[in-house]
Amino acid sequence: MRRLLFEGLIERPLTEEPPSPGPLPLQELASNLDRAARRCLGRSLSIREVDAGSCNGCELEIHALNNIFYDLERYGLRFVASPRHADVLLVTGPVTKNMREALERTYNATPDPKWVVAVGDCAVDGGLFAGSYAVTGGVSAVVPVDLHIRGCPPTPLQLLEGLLALLVSQETDCRALAERRCVSRPAGIAASRR
Amino acid sequence: MISALAELLANGRRVEAQHPWPRVIVTPEAWRSAAEGLADGRLTLLGLWSDSAAVHMALLNEEPFEVGVVSVEAVDGDYPSVSAVHAPAIRLERTIHDLYGLRPVGLGDKRPWLDHGRWGVKHPLGAQEAAPPLVASYPFLPAHGESLHQVAVGPVHAGIIEPGHFRFTANGEAVVRLEHRLGYTHKGIESLMIGADLDRASRLAGRTSGDSTVAYALAFAHAVEAALGIRIPPRAAWLRALMAELERLANHLGDFGAVCNDASFSMIHAKCGALREQVLRAAAASFGHRLMMDSVVPGGVSADIIPTGAMEVTKLLVEIARQLPKLVDLYDNTASLQDRTTTTGILKPALARQYGAGGYVGRASGRSFDARKAFAYAPYDELEFDVPVLDDGDVNARVWIRVREIEQSAALIEQILNRLPAGAVRFVPEARRSDIAEGLAFVEGFRGDILAWVRIDRAGRIALCHLRDPSWFQWPLLEAAIEGNIIADFPICNKSFNCSYSGHDR
Repeated sequence: MRRLLFEGLIERPLTEEPPSPGPLPLQELASNLDRAARRCLGRSLSIREVDAGSCNGCELEIHALNNIFYDLERYGLRFVASPRHADVLLVTGPVTKNMREALERTYNATPDPKWVVAVGDCAVDGGLFAGSYAVTGGVSAVVPVDLHIRGCPPTPLQLLEGLLALLVSQETDCRALAERRCVSRPAGIAASRR
Repeated sequence: MISALAELLANGRRVEAQHPWPRVIVTPEAWRSAAEGLADGRLTLLGLWSDSAAVHMALLNEEPFEVGVVSVEAVDGDYPSVSAVHAPAIRLERTIHDLYGLRPVGLGDKRPWLDHGRWGVKHPLGAQEAAPPLVASYPFLPAHGESLHQVAVGPVHAGIIEPGHFRFTANGEAVVRLEHRLGYTHKGIESLMIGADLDRASRLAGRTSGDSTVAYALAFAHAVEAALGIRIPPRAAWLRALMAELERLANHLGDFGAVCNDASFSMIHAKCGALREQVLRAAAASFGHRLMMDSVVPGGVSADIIPTGAMEVTKLLVEIARQLPKLVDLYDNTASLQDRTTTTGILKPALARQYGAGGYVGRASGRSFDARKAFAYAPYDELEFDVPVLDDGDVNARVWIRVREIEQSAALIEQILNRLPAGAVRFVPEARRSDIAEGLAFVEGFRGDILAWVRIDRAGRIALCHLRDPSWFQWPLLEAAIEGNIIADFPICNKSFNCSYSGHDR
């Protein structure tokens, strides 16, 4: 083990240069986030991943964000084990009817302020699984979505772009954030921010 | 001596449409005798599925090696239960009832399995009755004894994992009983397949379990090609094998690291994670997609390997050869890590045999079955590789099987790159037929053998497609393997099995 540790000291790190926030997700964010209640979370953003019936392809790439090439935590983004600790719900899958209630409960268990990021083509509208008796047809059919990251599955880089866009937009609007700090959103999933 | 399976096949009514293994329609008596053959271990269950009129059972006779499908027609929706005498069929029969409404006569367990009462329809692939009002409670199997308590976990788990519910009954820290409740990721793939053209159906098959997308697309393609009688170009078969082995490498590397991570040993996890990432990058450089989704299609592969991709794969093999021995050495010589994996979560060989468990789960418990060897589909009939087998059945054994398979897959990839034949990579099939055609295929995914069965109508569309994940015969064994272990060891046991939720739920 010592040898591996020593090698770690002299070898070049594998970690990639950070990507710039993508133009498309940023635009989508602006329209969704510029309105309504938005508060300062601080720099650190906690993410709770919810698989709402994906094929597990998206999970593989979300997992990859934690490997040493992408090293998500250096941006202050980290995955947490409970929705109670989360600012962002990262939701994958077409939202199966069997997962609908679990997703709603997870959403309601996440304290405000919170954002929902829907990941993958099938999270947009059910994708390939749309029309099935077992599928609701996308994340926004169940909880309000702030950002879609498309792809089947999106690559770790595309995921990073989307999440960074979330961070950037959050920082650029500090004044508004401060003003609205105490405005609370009505509880429950019925409350749409649009 | 004539085998139990040969006798069944000889006495049934042959279905001419089915290829390459025979399918026969048998009497309820013969069906029961097949179930008896499973119960006494002469036969192994490879799959159990249905359409709206009949139930089909794929059977394996290991010595001599024979495969066949027997079907029994349901009478007023009833058929003789297989699981009444052979437990591995229980969840499959519950599923057939959920989806098609066919009743297994003799099965005591009347609970639904995939149907949570939320689809708005009962028996969606059968008579489609309106769903009754939602019943929120689900009776888990009981455990009796003093000082027992229950721990409910899921469907939303703490990590980045698929959803499912685990109900533990524990005495102190020791697990007395674990029962799963799955079906949360049921997407109705079987219903979406009906009427789909081959392109769409192939994409659906490739999203049954994303981590096995190549294996699923391959199994589906093999089944279609068997049904339509298509021979694919040799280069396509070799490229498919290259993809399948890259997929196996990526998953085994990920699992090796993840098992160590569940023992809080993060260094191997970090190093394996880097290797896994390099596999995916080599895959993207070769086939344009990190997971190689939609690269395998009926008739061949969607595109030839990108010329520079082969170089990336070669570089990858060098990197694995440089890194893996160090990681394996570290795993083998870290006592605190071995302490967590050795003798933890033991799966007894008898159970692995009874359930016909495939993949590392079966091979760590003495069952040597590997579809690449057993069916020797091209190009594995021309490639040299070993199938590692161990008998210990613990987490450690499942780790070692993966390690050995990583080595074997790397060696296979090297052979494939050296001997890749030239030529076309796809033969576009003419799917329209004068008659209905059926095909059956088995492909070795990283988790074990995947069964694909298709029925293609005259217009060349999918009339019915059944995909059986290896997890069907592994999930129940996890329940057995965890018994008597402490709850805190569940994550490491679970990871060592790494069953698919989506592949199981479909």
